[in-house]
Amino acid sequence: MGNLKFKDRYDRNFNTFSSKEQKKLGLSKVAVLGLGGLGGGVCEMLARAGVGQLTLIDGDSFEASNLNRQILSEEKLIGFPKAQAAEQRINAINSEVNVQCVVQYLDESNMYEHIRKNDLVIDCLDTVDTRFILQDAADKASIPVVSGAIAGMTGQVTTIFPGDPGYRLIYGEETDRKSRGIETITGNIGCCALFVAALQVSEVLKYLLNRKYLLRNKLLIAELWTNTFEIVNLV
Amino acid sequence: MIKINLKLFVTLARYLPENSESFEIPENTTVDKLISQLGIEKGSVQLIFVNGKKQNGEYLLKNSDRLGLFPPVGGG
Repeated sequence: MGNLKFKDRYDRNFNTFSSKEQKKLGLSKVAVLGLGGLGGGVCEMLARAGVGQLTLIDGDSFEASNLNRQILSEEKLIGFPKAQAAEQRINAINSEVNVQCVVQYLDESNMYEHIRKNDLVIDCLDTVDTRFILQDAADKASIPVVSGAIAGMTGQVTTIFPGDPGYRLIYGEETDRKSRGIETITGNIGCCALFVAALQVSEVLKYLLNRKYLLRNKLLIAELWTNTFEIVNLV
Repeated sequence: MIKINLKLFVTLARYLPENSESFEIPENTTVDKLISQLGIEKGSVQLIFVNGKKQNGEYLLKNSDRLGLFPPVGGG
């Protein structure tokens, strides 16, 4: 159904987006790194918003423990690559989106090559180490990173521009940081994953459409058990 | 004595004292000292923020400060 009319498909995006802005989204290129709890929600919302080109990267396949929160996961998809599931889902939602699906884990050897042609990259990763590799590559490629992370019913979001201290302000210097956070203790809950994914997509839309109020050098912390929402100035 | 509003997140919440919203501490208490007094292992605190701004452990707490201690969060 790639022949749906532009004005019909995006009718309810107007006039929150102008027609010109909607077209701008259609020309935008975004990479989503990690297609679990955060990444699944992020690509669903980006495709519906009308972001035109998505590169979806994750080397992992679904397992039963993903079903509690990962919107792309299904019982019948256990063992199936997450990146391929994401591609299928986006094709079903919005066939006008150009999807590149990459079934690969990211490390120093391939990070830059996969992200460099994008306007922006979204961190939906699940290790601290890989986030630092991403920040180095995004600096080199001169593109911003919209980062989300979750643990239990708590999440955080920030937007890092090239040259910003970024993750060092959040996770500390290399010498004193750990590879994983407290999510190894708390697990991750679906409502929190999708809440944080929504905040990430809102940051992406603001950046692509030159809006203000980005979380640059700020960390939004959301703690859903107590409805605590705090924006921390990191510098 | 001074009073602060103390907020401990996620795995740190179990160290939350009573009256945490109006918690009494001696004057000249640093954040590091308070962390130690609460029995929290220092390495389990990733981010310290006071009145919405990131600070380090040497920050000297003042009356009415709003202190948040946040652990490392890295899941996706």
